[in-house]
Amino acid sequence: MKDLYEPYVTDDGRTIGGCLMEMKNITLKFGGVVAIKDISFDIREGEIRAIIGPNGAGKSSMLNVISGFYTPSEGEVWYKGSVRPMMKPYEVARQGVGRTFQNIALFEGMSVLDNVMTGRLTHMKASLWEQAIWWGKAEREEVHNREQVEKIIDFLEIQAIRKTPVGRLPYGLKKRVELARALAAEPSLLLLDEPMAGMNVEEKEDMSRFILDVNDEFGTTIALIEHDMGVVMDLSDRVVVMDYGKKIGDGTPDEVRGNQDVIDAYLGVPHA
Amino acid sequence: MTANATPTGDLCSMPALLRRNAREFAGRPAYREKEYGIWQSWTWAEAAQEIEWLALGFLALGMERGDHVAVIGRNRPDHYWAMVAAQMCGAVPVPLYADAVAEEMAYVLGHCGARFVVCGDQEQVDKVIDIQDELHQIDHVLYHDKRGMRKYDHEHLNWLHDIRDEGKAAHFRHEHELAKREAELTYDSTCVMLYTSGTTGKPKGVVLSNRNIIETSKNSSEFDHLRADDEILAYLPMAWVGDFIFSMGQALWNGFCVNCPESAETMMTDLKEIAPTYYFAPPRVFETQLTSVMIRMEDASPLKKRLFRHYMALARKVGPQILDGKPVGLVDRLRYAMGEFAIYGPLKNTLGFSRVRVGYTAGEAIGPEIFDFYRSLGINLKQLYGQTEASVFIAQQPDHEVRADTVGVTSPGVEIRIAENGEIFYRSPGTFVEYYNNPESTASTKDPEGWVATGDAGFFEEETGHLRIIDRAKDVGKMADGHMFAPKYVENKLKFYPDVLEAVVFGNGREMCTAFINIDLTAVGNWAERNNIAYASYQELAGHPQVLETIRSHVEEVNRSVAQDDMLSACQIHRFLVLHKELDADDGEMTRTRKVRRAKIEEKFHDLIAGLYDGSESVYTETEVTYEDGRKGSISATLQLVDAATVTPRHHKVAAE
Repeated sequence: MKDLYEPYVTDDGRTIGGCLMEMKNITLKFGGVVAIKDISFDIREGEIRAIIGPNGAGKSSMLNVISGFYTPSEGEVWYKGSVRPMMKPYEVARQGVGRTFQNIALFEGMSVLDNVMTGRLTHMKASLWEQAIWWGKAEREEVHNREQVEKIIDFLEIQAIRKTPVGRLPYGLKKRVELARALAAEPSLLLLDEPMAGMNVEEKEDMSRFILDVNDEFGTTIALIEHDMGVVMDLSDRVVVMDYGKKIGDGTPDEVRGNQDVIDAYLGVPHA
Repeated sequence: MTANATPTGDLCSMPALLRRNAREFAGRPAYREKEYGIWQSWTWAEAAQEIEWLALGFLALGMERGDHVAVIGRNRPDHYWAMVAAQMCGAVPVPLYADAVAEEMAYVLGHCGARFVVCGDQEQVDKVIDIQDELHQIDHVLYHDKRGMRKYDHEHLNWLHDIRDEGKAAHFRHEHELAKREAELTYDSTCVMLYTSGTTGKPKGVVLSNRNIIETSKNSSEFDHLRADDEILAYLPMAWVGDFIFSMGQALWNGFCVNCPESAETMMTDLKEIAPTYYFAPPRVFETQLTSVMIRMEDASPLKKRLFRHYMALARKVGPQILDGKPVGLVDRLRYAMGEFAIYGPLKNTLGFSRVRVGYTAGEAIGPEIFDFYRSLGINLKQLYGQTEASVFIAQQPDHEVRADTVGVTSPGVEIRIAENGEIFYRSPGTFVEYYNNPESTASTKDPEGWVATGDAGFFEEETGHLRIIDRAKDVGKMADGHMFAPKYVENKLKFYPDVLEAVVFGNGREMCTAFINIDLTAVGNWAERNNIAYASYQELAGHPQVLETIRSHVEEVNRSVAQDDMLSACQIHRFLVLHKELDADDGEMTRTRKVRRAKIEEKFHDLIAGLYDGSESVYTETEVTYEDGRKGSISATLQLVDAATVTPRHHKVAAE
């Protein structure tokens, strides 16, 4: 099994490493409703992994399992080589799993800068007392955090709205701010829940470029859910396809595109 | 005369000026750039050191005397340094427009035979790599911003900072050579080569010598009393001669500080933070700023609105007089001081104009209302007239003699002659050396005595000695009935309305004038929002009946004003249409400096022009458009052609009586 995770170099020169996260036989039930049924797949270091499927297929639930918001009813989540025990979502975040949300979850009244700074929370070590005194450790930490945040602001080209309250921004920019906040935590695994929903073509192009740049520049592993098939096929290295809580396909975009089950799920077949 | 002026001491090149500044202003700020949200600054001593290391690095890469070094990117200290470093090595910097598409860039790079290209970021590097296959002369591509560059083949590609480090490490090996190259620079060495925007045909490379740049910088600095403690914001394209004079020539001559914004979008914020003392902007920037102020005032509370209106009315009445040092009553002075405290001061602060001592606008005519608005706030905004071939300055307005309709008196050191057909000729120490590799054009523009044709028609006002520009000499034509046709004159009147972004008037050799109008999306969009008018696209808004009606009222007002002018009363607009797309440099309809390319537009939209003259009520058209990434597409539209009322001119009435 081990040589399955031999590192390799993609056509565009990125190195894909070993297994970062593995979902083993995950089942998720809400009472009698089975949202996810016995699904296994892996996410390798440095890759862009997409999860696609029709509405209600269980994609967001899957992402919530990865981010620790839901605890699977059955199955194991392996992360960085060991089984992840029961954890609170913030503990998962501390372990380096960052995310954005399908419905933007930013602090509308705060400036872009402050919003992105909240992403550094997991890196703030100074105690309440030290924060209150400010001078010394807390100050050093703040300066360092601000520097990291500024680098991300520069990277995502949102300098012009640094001091603008998030509530005043258009949708496309809010999405970008959310990405910035997730990046501020310096995650090793970044989860993007429909990063391009509701965007026009130009905004989608921008967002795609940023996702590729993040992956390339910071080496961040990315798992994303997206409806726009064109975008998914262009961006991702491998794709998991879900339908009615089951996995119906897994592989490179080309493999998935040729998979009959996937075609049926998307185009629909008469249910006999 | 001044054309043979000798340098002051040994200050005969940009590097020499840099060395002097490093000695005399060592600890004063020379360059600032906002990076990661903080203004980083370099003193003259530090800048000189950085530039020297960069120059040593260039030598290590094998830069030869006379090589052309293209610089493509937005204004940042690194790019200015690369230009001076190239000059140190005896090479010639060639700044290019960063927003040019690959094929435009290919022409210029091929024409100057650039061996080195300094790029700002990946976007520019990509363009250069795209065209490198056709142009084999490019030996080294250097870039400033590392982002996204890791995977590129770095055989002929280098990070600018690495080159600087290499130069620093190799200084023992190359110092001697660098000193030798610097000592070789004379007042007649080429300082820079700038490509003209090319309103007609291919761009031409204007060669400017150290004499041109330094003499011009010296004269213009004395004219406006510029000092070492001045501050400017460098935000205009580096390829434009104005930026070269302000941010390189005058900055090095006076030793003042050049501030580079964080990015193009943050320019307004950065302007406010820096509050420059010396500022230049084309009319469009002043228009945009005024529009945004007015839009925000519309949304302000009634009290604020009333205060604003009250004090702006006062400012319009007495502001310009106070600025010009003319007598104003004590009561009005006191009221103006109150206004300064309540309105003008805060407004200037928001706009970033709190400290402006000298402000200039040029390139296009500025609307009198816009001009007076800024003047009435106490901002010393003036106009100048110039061109690349003159190292900018031909005429400019002295303090206290500022008017909206002239471009001022002859600049120091310049001689102006008006030909019989009204065309303006000039001769000055700033007059360019030649067009690169183009002796025919050089000969047809500059005569053996050094007089250069500007291509503009104008005249001196007798009582004041101020120069007035009418239009491009070649655009001034005759209508079918023999009346004078000066399109720019009418277009400028139209463009003074905030709703109108651009206008193109036709009528040369025809019996009546017609016009294309571009609406201003910000102004008209805001109007639509306030009037609950829904629209999905620029095209839809441009074709909205109420918009057409508004534009018609503007056109008719312009007709009334044009009819007042005896010489040009025939240029009234009889029919017009509102274009379905914005005129764009990417489509070749405008130059990169946003001047209308009349011939190109006439050719491209010939069907629309035909419609305007054959009396039809609407025209269906398809237009090719170029997207920012160079791909092509097309848009189609059915345009309404609108008739506008005209006024019988005064002298016609007289004749009829």
